[in-house]
Amino acid sequence: MSNRLINWFRYGSPQSFYPLAGRMVPWFAAAAAVTGAAGLWIAFFVAPTDAQQGEAYRIIFVHVPASWLSMFLYIVMACWAGLGLVLNTRLSAMMAHAIAPTGAMFAFLSLWSGALWGRPTWGTYWVWDARLTSELVLFFLYLGYMALNAAIDDPRRADRASAVLALVGVVNVPVIYFSVKWWNTLHQGASVSLTRAPSMAATMLTGMLVMAIAFWMYSIAVALMRVRSIMLEREAHTDWARELKESAA
Amino acid sequence: MNWGSGAEFFSMGGYGFYVWGSFLVTAACLAAEPLLLAARRRRALERLQAERQRHEAAA
Repeated sequence: MSNRLINWFRYGSPQSFYPLAGRMVPWFAAAAAVTGAAGLWIAFFVAPTDAQQGEAYRIIFVHVPASWLSMFLYIVMACWAGLGLVLNTRLSAMMAHAIAPTGAMFAFLSLWSGALWGRPTWGTYWVWDARLTSELVLFFLYLGYMALNAAIDDPRRADRASAVLALVGVVNVPVIYFSVKWWNTLHQGASVSLTRAPSMAATMLTGMLVMAIAFWMYSIAVALMRVRSIMLEREAHTDWARELKESAA
Repeated sequence: MNWGSGAEFFSMGGYGFYVWGSFLVTAACLAAEPLLLAARRRRALERLQAERQRHEAAA
């Protein structure tokens, strides 16, 4: 037990996590490519046409995974930010910063694909409905987090200020998730639930889950790529960074 | 198999604009992010190289 603890803390420092992250990136990228290809195959060639929505429903295969990831990544980002606030470790804040842009991208893609799905099914690209509005708030929380980081010159102060913002914003995630239950929304209810049978064909559900795994693997790969750049940018003056056998060429 | 021909596949039962608009923008974002990150890494390594030279000059 004590051995394991020591190992975890060893990887808590940038100089030991940097090479580990570098070794993990190709594996997660490969997993993302394989599951992504499988997911697209199921989405277009296996899943049947929907009886009510025709082919328009196929947007679900990017919309739902992107929405899930935008929420999951926010929680993961807030956990790292909170850990950094409590333990004052350098790596935690860097991990939180590395996740934010990818989370913002998925929040944008959720809104974008939702708008393109809303037009043919509801007759409008946008409506100020609880689900859509709270997802838009999530997108702005990501942007606010990144803007706050960029606005404060001292990185350690920026870490703490943005961590507080990230933690306060966590309140919004359950609001998004339960908005379709709490309010009378135009948006449909949850597609997947642990407490009842799925409301869709098994192949549709499988396609959605495979795409979600692909987005997860992708997110881990790009977050690790980004955290490595953040480490180099922040620790360029340290011995471990200078002694790296890596160059731009 | 859902599609009789390539044209049928691309028209998506008349919803082509919406379906492809979602998938292609998603694909473009997922492709652009790693490219931007590769450029950021290159810049970081260039700065690190400059830092190394400054350090050697000072030593």
